[in-house]
Amino acid sequence: MKNRAWLFVAPVLLLVALNALVPIMAVINYSLHYSFAGSAPEFAGLNNYIEVFTDPDFLGALRRQFLFSFCVLLVQIPLGILIAMQLPKSGKSVVVCLVLLGIPLLIPHTVVGLLWRIMTVYEVGIISKIFSYVFDYSYRVTQNPVDAVLTIFFLDVWHWTPLVVLLSYAGLVAIPDQFYQAAAIDGASAWKTFRYVTLPKLRAVLIIALLLRFMDSFMIYAEPFIISGGGPGNWNTYLNQYVARKAESYELGYAGAASIAYLYIVVVCCFIFYTIMTNLGKGIKR
Amino acid sequence: MKKRIIFLVCFYILLMFPIYWMIVNSLKTENEIFTMTTFFPKEITFANYIEIFTNPIWTDSLINSIIYVCLNVVITLLAAIPGAYAFSRWKFRGSNHLFFWLLTNRMAPAAIFMIPFTELYFTLKLFDTHLGVALAHCLFNIPLAVWILEGFMSAIPKEIDETAFIDGFSFFRFFRKVFFPLIAPGIGVAAFFVFTFSWVEMIIAKTLTGPLAKPMVVTIAVAQQAVEGTRWGLMSALTVVMILPGIFVVYFVRHYLAKGFSLGRV
Repeated sequence: MKNRAWLFVAPVLLLVALNALVPIMAVINYSLHYSFAGSAPEFAGLNNYIEVFTDPDFLGALRRQFLFSFCVLLVQIPLGILIAMQLPKSGKSVVVCLVLLGIPLLIPHTVVGLLWRIMTVYEVGIISKIFSYVFDYSYRVTQNPVDAVLTIFFLDVWHWTPLVVLLSYAGLVAIPDQFYQAAAIDGASAWKTFRYVTLPKLRAVLIIALLLRFMDSFMIYAEPFIISGGGPGNWNTYLNQYVARKAESYELGYAGAASIAYLYIVVVCCFIFYTIMTNLGKGIKR
Repeated sequence: MKKRIIFLVCFYILLMFPIYWMIVNSLKTENEIFTMTTFFPKEITFANYIEIFTNPIWTDSLINSIIYVCLNVVITLLAAIPGAYAFSRWKFRGSNHLFFWLLTNRMAPAAIFMIPFTELYFTLKLFDTHLGVALAHCLFNIPLAVWILEGFMSAIPKEIDETAFIDGFSFFRFFRKVFFPLIAPGIGVAAFFVFTFSWVEMIIAKTLTGPLAKPMVVTIAVAQQAVEGTRWGLMSALTVVMILPGIFVVYFVRHYLAKGFSLGRV
């Protein structure tokens, strides 16, 4: 039986390992060498890593990245659950609601960036116009740091809250009605029903939603690039873009070390989330 | 009840407004976009769409996108279905850790990884081919598909497998006749997500393709930099075209989606 299991998993492992392991090995190799184009690479030990973690630009991008991901999760997860709870559970409208929710998810990141760019172009875009007519405020994404950061934030909320809604909805529909009936008989308040019936049952899907959203928001790349080129200044430059800039200028040692550090941070965060959420569920069950 | 409907309507208006705006813009003339704010085009023009569907630059890359995305969906599902079956039915050494490791692969495509990635696909002689991109996209799609399918399969009691084997079904026949129809909704949902993530992915697609297999996302990104600020109408029309195949897929799996959502954990 055990051998058969491995046989079944083999294609999955093979395909993922091909794409994951080979490049990671190469990047680790880059990160341990100085990058001089042309000459033979010289072994650098951990110097690249030291350089990365003492680089104020990297640390700044890292700070912005954490802040961004934190804010995005803080809004998207509760909002997603709230909307999912309002959606109809049966009837013809379900299909319409779900299909409409799926539409933003189908738009490529670059195109979403473009779409919001079109809406926020100074004096042409609709959002920019609304701001100048209604609030008499000149909304300039390329000049005003606050505007730029808020645009990316709302863009991400618009783009990805539907995913959280879809996942939460899947979890909600799977909860048998008996649970709610039992809670109603016990005279539980709406909040208590949510806290002790709905939320624990949603745990499994919320783990997926949280992990997916954390990883994806942590890798945000195309949108800030298209909206304002990461500017003004470094205000909209997040980690992925910063590392990509270094890679494009062929600072392979530095970029390699930064990527490995980056990957390590994400995996550790995900592992912490995963462990906390799995254990939390165990506590509630008892 | 009324509050709920008002809330939902507000949410959907906010959700759909950017898309509506894009559709409207794609039907306006360039002049109208720049000079006035109209919520409905004064004179409807299809010039942008005609340009997209007659210019080989756009049609070729659209076809490229569709080919590799479909290939990816097929490869992903072929690998993920048995994989998910193994994860849901058998506990084997390290299966939990393996599962977590699989999911972490969604994070790898940072820009630096693209250098060895390109070398790898050059060595495999798959650079600038549809198959190459389809295989590369397995990196993040297979873990996702395994995760989704595993949820669906775990919801089906093991007794069904056992009864079928006692009745003398061979494994393959059991899979085809009994198991497959049961998890069809799950496959529909997984196919939808796999399609979506492959369709929207750009960094890998951009690095692994040259002139032969260049996909739509990349062509748009290039055009956006080139015609900056001048052709918002065309750009809007392109965004609309990019959403269409996805809507087609959603429509195709719509019953599975609703049904699938009530069954599995995704």
